[in-house]
Amino acid sequence: MEVLNSNVALLSNYEVLEVLHEVRSAQDSEGSKKSVSKLRTNLANITYDVEKYLQGTACSSQSPEVIRNFLIATRSLKITKIEKLQILNLRPTSIVELQLILEEVEERFSEEEMQEMTNLIQELLPPTSASPQAEPQPTS
Amino acid sequence: MENSYIYPGDGASHTRTTFQFVVFRPSIEEILEGVVLSASSSGLQVSLGFFSGIFIKPENMVAGSYYDETEKVWIWNYQEEHKLFMDVGQKIRLRVISESFVDTTPSGPQLAAEHQAAVAAAAAGSVVAVAKDPFSEVHPYTIYGSTDGSGLGMISWWAEDEDEDVKDEANEGQEDSQSEHLEST
Repeated sequence: MEVLNSNVALLSNYEVLEVLHEVRSAQDSEGSKKSVSKLRTNLANITYDVEKYLQGTACSSQSPEVIRNFLIATRSLKITKIEKLQILNLRPTSIVELQLILEEVEERFSEEEMQEMTNLIQELLPPTSASPQAEPQPTS
Repeated sequence: MENSYIYPGDGASHTRTTFQFVVFRPSIEEILEGVVLSASSSGLQVSLGFFSGIFIKPENMVAGSYYDETEKVWIWNYQEEHKLFMDVGQKIRLRVISESFVDTTPSGPQLAAEHQAAVAAAAAGSVVAVAKDPFSEVHPYTIYGSTDGSGLGMISWWAEDEDEDVKDEANEGQEDSQSEHLEST
């Protein structure tokens, strides 16, 4: 086996989720042929596990429009592609979380700018259904 | 896929295929959020559901963290009155600091050695039920992470308004973990 290109593209969590949906619909439409389903159990397992993980993250409530709006709005900000990718995947809700994603954040942005970014993120990216923000008080 | 060929001397048909993989491979410095899978004196193991090979070594935890042998849990001694627990099953946020790829396909001598060991164990008649330390097992792909930094560590520590100081957040986190602690015992 020969690797032709080791890094074709970076996929956001949302894109991975879309790929998994396609895999799953291809599996479902194939029906249950015994010999095929034996080979496919590994694929089915990994598809299920990854989907389950992604459903609990911010990408489960994203759509191409949401992502496009986000990219347009952040075009003017000086953040790198991989930082935008992490913001899409993690949906930071506080400055502390944002500081983890952005490098050399003290030199690049002021606190107001970071607060603006946090507000922008909250506005443009919908929260996960399981997000703790939905609850007013942490349940003990 | 290109056309299939049959090579002389070999009954099977060979087909040259090109395919694309979707791989999971976080970059160094990337932030991941997962769940604590297990704790031992060697550190914490974190799982993302589909991938469990993420480890946090003690030297990469917040200063003041220690392992409690009786409760089998890692604790961050944030302040004398406020101990924060890193409970199994709770959400945790970490930064990827390194990764390791190991080729675990068994080679000839290794297979023979494993076979001999299995035979010897069976002959000795002992059923050894050793709780394997996940840290000592060899995995094909391992991610090492750090929880040393603002915003890293248990998500419950940082979940409040960031205007409040960490002490208040720590209090909430501690109460949550403590009540869960009581439920689990």
